[in-house]
Amino acid sequence: MDIHEYQAKDLLKRFGVQVPRGGIAYSPEQAVYRCSELSGERWVVKAQIHSGARGKAGGVRICSNEQEVADAAQWMLGRRLVTQQTGPQGKLVSRLYVEEATNIAQEIYLGFVMDRKLERVVVVASAQGGMEIEEISEQEPESIIRSVVDPAVGMQAFQAREIAFSLGLDPALIPQAVKTIMGCYRLMREMDANMVEINPMVVTQAGEIVALDAKLSFDDNALFRRPDISELRDKSQEDPRETYAEDRGLSYIGLDGQIGCIVNGAGLAMATLDMIKMAGGEPANFLDVGGGASPDRVLMSFKAVLNDPKVEAILVNIFAGINRCDWVAEGVIRAMEELDLKIPVVVRLSGTNVEEGQKILAESTVNVIATETLAEAAEEVVGAWKIASLKEAS
Amino acid sequence: MAILIDSETKVLVTGFTGRIGSFHAQDMIKHGTNVVGGVTPGKGGTKHLDLPVFNTVKGAVAETGADMVVSFVPPPFAADAIMEAADAGIKTCVCIADGIPAQDMIHVKRYMRRYKADRRMRLIGPNCAGIITPGQGFAGLMPPSIYMPGRVGIVGRSGTLGYEAASQMKAKGIGVSSSIGIGGDPINGSSFRDILELFENDPETDAVVMVGEIGGPQEAEAAEYIRDHMTKPVAAYIAGLSAPKGRRMGHAGAIVSAFGESAQEKVEILKDAGVTIVPTPSTFGETVAKMDA
Repeated sequence: MDIHEYQAKDLLKRFGVQVPRGGIAYSPEQAVYRCSELSGERWVVKAQIHSGARGKAGGVRICSNEQEVADAAQWMLGRRLVTQQTGPQGKLVSRLYVEEATNIAQEIYLGFVMDRKLERVVVVASAQGGMEIEEISEQEPESIIRSVVDPAVGMQAFQAREIAFSLGLDPALIPQAVKTIMGCYRLMREMDANMVEINPMVVTQAGEIVALDAKLSFDDNALFRRPDISELRDKSQEDPRETYAEDRGLSYIGLDGQIGCIVNGAGLAMATLDMIKMAGGEPANFLDVGGGASPDRVLMSFKAVLNDPKVEAILVNIFAGINRCDWVAEGVIRAMEELDLKIPVVVRLSGTNVEEGQKILAESTVNVIATETLAEAAEEVVGAWKIASLKEAS
Repeated sequence: MAILIDSETKVLVTGFTGRIGSFHAQDMIKHGTNVVGGVTPGKGGTKHLDLPVFNTVKGAVAETGADMVVSFVPPPFAADAIMEAADAGIKTCVCIADGIPAQDMIHVKRYMRRYKADRRMRLIGPNCAGIITPGQGFAGLMPPSIYMPGRVGIVGRSGTLGYEAASQMKAKGIGVSSSIGIGGDPINGSSFRDILELFENDPETDAVVMVGEIGGPQEAEAAEYIRDHMTKPVAAYIAGLSAPKGRRMGHAGAIVSAFGESAQEKVEILKDAGVTIVPTPSTFGETVAKMDA
């Protein structure tokens, strides 16, 4: 789960990391008022969306008077900001963060990630901050400092000191840098974050270390024990199709094609998308209905898939190990009847109770195309979709 | 035996008396698995499915001599259950739970290193379908009827895609020595490489089918092992050719975040290591049939 920058900074502050002073604003008037609260001469108005690269999209503005602040806020609020990371639909800006401007002397990159190979938390730092880490590793690979944390004892101060000295920081800044690095690690550990990225962490002209931008991402699997983090979820930043499915315990990812998919198992679901593509179609979604696919859950999956108006055909692919094909067949029929489906539906059943399932489909009056293998299913659904879309066009 | 489990393996079920644990334990027993009992803290001394229930894994091992644990303990408590099994001297633990926090798995992996290599538990999973040696027994959730006993090993991240491979092979008259699900989590107990090594050393396995997917470094590590150490032929399928970068495709581990983690890159790396590529998920059967084992 991702959170907003202002929420990330609030958390960092609680772990002893210094951040610029700022406040949240929901209107241009409130943004101007925040400036008067902060006092000073220059402020930064920042659109709060779950995406990086906001600056290039116009979502970060430095302002030096109230009118500029009001104008920037006016422009950003209510806009769907399109960045390199959001996709063409962009993300809605419904709140702003107004900060005091910082005079930067040096920009540093500081990141904490879970390394899958080492199976440990790894700290990544570079004195070449301000760029994305991918750019740094391409352009300045030798500037990257790595430190691996032993989970049995956690991060040690000497490791933070080594990082700080390797960054070439002024000796007078080392204690504050150590405090910052240790604070980020503690946040990661105690709040079950997957990633903590401070980019840039800056040394100000006044000689302080400040987290100028921050991106935190949390482990969805650990939210059950982090109620404070769960509360920070902002559904307006998510794909509504995904929110609908997630709220019902379905694993769903929205894609851009026309063929809706309902599959059990993540691997088989990925493979099904691949098959559709190879057969000449484009999948509209990934959906793993999971184990225990009762008729109700199958019906719910149809609803989730049909939330996407682009869907013009549906493929149901079930290899029942712990599932039951007869239940799935019942669910398909209920969905076709209750939702009065007119688009082609192809069903491939295999595994537990497959004969019963196929019998239920064969004896029903609903118009489903039943297939036996995955290859047939993919070809059938792409074929049926092409015919249906030709009819529509004529 | 093929690998990890045979008809002699003494299997202990943790999370035994819960709904899911009971359901699958019954199925395992029905298909001939040597289940010797279960563990549910607080229910020690009672009977469940006609088998003894214990409060602790240590207690169960002392009474039954169990050497394998299959854990149906739910995700919030699953890490603790794995460490308990490791401490009790269990040889192999199969963890089914989907949704264990990543930091818990980091701790589990670190904890297991406390024990010397010769008594260190092997962990399979989490977030896996389990392991099976057809005709002998299984630990997890799999439909045994789709597996024909034979001499080709299967190792995969995904449960249902593993079923797909086994049933296509059966349709071509090709049997399975053992099928091992290593699970879809980013941090797991055994990697592809670990299981390939077991198959390489198993006299009852002639060839291996590997079912990989996007995300993580384990397929590339496997490729290196195959190139340098394997004498038996390997066929591999990688799911997620059409997956967009940076999105998690259902499995917590199925996300492309670095070079070498996309399906295309993995296919190339495996091909270079001499692996036969299964081009589509509907060609497991015919690809394996054509391999000369």
